[in-house]
Amino acid sequence: MVGIVSYGAYVPRYRIESKDIAKVWGKDENIGKGLGVFSKSVPGLDEDVATISVEAARNAMKKCSVDPGEIGAVYVGSESHPYAVKPTATIVAEAIGAGPHLTAADYEFACKAGTAAIQTCMGLVSSDMIKYGLAIGSDTSQGAPGDALEYSASAGGAAFLIGKENVIAEINKTYSYTTDTPDFWRRESQKYPSHGGRFTGEPAYFKHVMNCAKGVLEKVGAKPSDYKYAVFHQPNGKFPVRAAKMLGFTSEQIETGLLTPRIGNTYSGATPLGLAAILDVASPGDRIFAVSYGSGAGSDGFDITVTESIERLDRNPTVESFIANSKFIDYATYVRYRKKLHLGGE
Amino acid sequence: MAVPRFWREIPQRYNLEGTECPKCGKKYFPPKSVCDSCRRESIGKMKKVKMSGKGKIYTYTVIHVGSSMFQLQTPYVMAIIELDEGPRITGQIVDCEINDVKIGMRVESVFRKIGEESKSGVIYYGYKFRLIK
Repeated sequence: MVGIVSYGAYVPRYRIESKDIAKVWGKDENIGKGLGVFSKSVPGLDEDVATISVEAARNAMKKCSVDPGEIGAVYVGSESHPYAVKPTATIVAEAIGAGPHLTAADYEFACKAGTAAIQTCMGLVSSDMIKYGLAIGSDTSQGAPGDALEYSASAGGAAFLIGKENVIAEINKTYSYTTDTPDFWRRESQKYPSHGGRFTGEPAYFKHVMNCAKGVLEKVGAKPSDYKYAVFHQPNGKFPVRAAKMLGFTSEQIETGLLTPRIGNTYSGATPLGLAAILDVASPGDRIFAVSYGSGAGSDGFDITVTESIERLDRNPTVESFIANSKFIDYATYVRYRKKLHLGGE
Repeated sequence: MAVPRFWREIPQRYNLEGTECPKCGKKYFPPKSVCDSCRRESIGKMKKVKMSGKGKIYTYTVIHVGSSMFQLQTPYVMAIIELDEGPRITGQIVDCEINDVKIGMRVESVFRKIGEESKSGVIYYGYKFRLIK
């Protein structure tokens, strides 16, 4: 059965605390509690979606013995690709020694482009068009200074090698729920995205995540208690907790994959990183439930079962090791790192 | 840097691809088409080889006044890395506290943005190094 052969993660080292952002804009310094985001990751000056994707992909390839030459497809999902025109996927393929005999493309679907890449690879592998496919979700997301998004928009990514042989986790089912819902967008040439405020909640996140989750449960005939772990898209620390509760999942099931309180919303990297954090600790037979969400809007759901092969995989470096390797910076340094300054001579 | 020159060097910049003399086994980075020791006997026989990216700091300096492309990154560390395979190469040490860097420390390569032609130009990616903890 098609599944995950290997996986790798990457989260940049820098962090900023929500209270330091709040201080600059005269907001309540306890805003982090309200959002469920206490600190977020910040990319270094020489990091972008290409470098984060390459590091995650290399970590995935290091864990397994798959010859990169056997990878038939590379898809990178992000809303912050370094180029508007010129694929990130070709940079990743070259940097892991894959190609030239492969197909590659970049995906964009707000925060769910990474899970869409996983689905594409599943289709290509299942139909025997390719032996292995590499799906990556990665972002260095943007939030306008002073906007609510500034507390959560962060950076990170995870890569999944999809195949049929020696899978560490079988993907039993995938199902998506998609409608045209303009809750969050960024127009061509605009530096920062716009959003519909409260409109991003009920008719957007909750409608799609709930319907997608119910669809997966119905199609596989399962109930929340059948799963050891669950991960939901996490734009803040509150939405995924509420969605899980509404569906009947417990806080024990979601805590391993809930990373937003510590590293913020990694957008296309969010559900993939949460899933990677779960795979870091999962045991054979564990069942995992995963539902992503991308504004615009849609959700991809997955029913996954961990296999015996996971015992043979060296799972380092783990997602937690990246989260632990952190250096906190102040708002002024954050502004410099995110290139929000206009320098003379530009 | 012209786009064709950068493109030609992608195997070296992304994957530290050098060459090895099949006669004496000496490895070269950047790649050489003739071995310094074996000379004509190596012509046409040099093999491509990928460096592991692991090595140690041979020496380093701290840049306090960078060129325009690097001014946001100052102060930063530039080092000469002695790769485990032998060749010594120049590279930036990232994700570190400047005072933590010492000669002899173990490092490994990472994939980073090196620079860009201009705001509308091509972006150059390649190797930098981080300390192995």
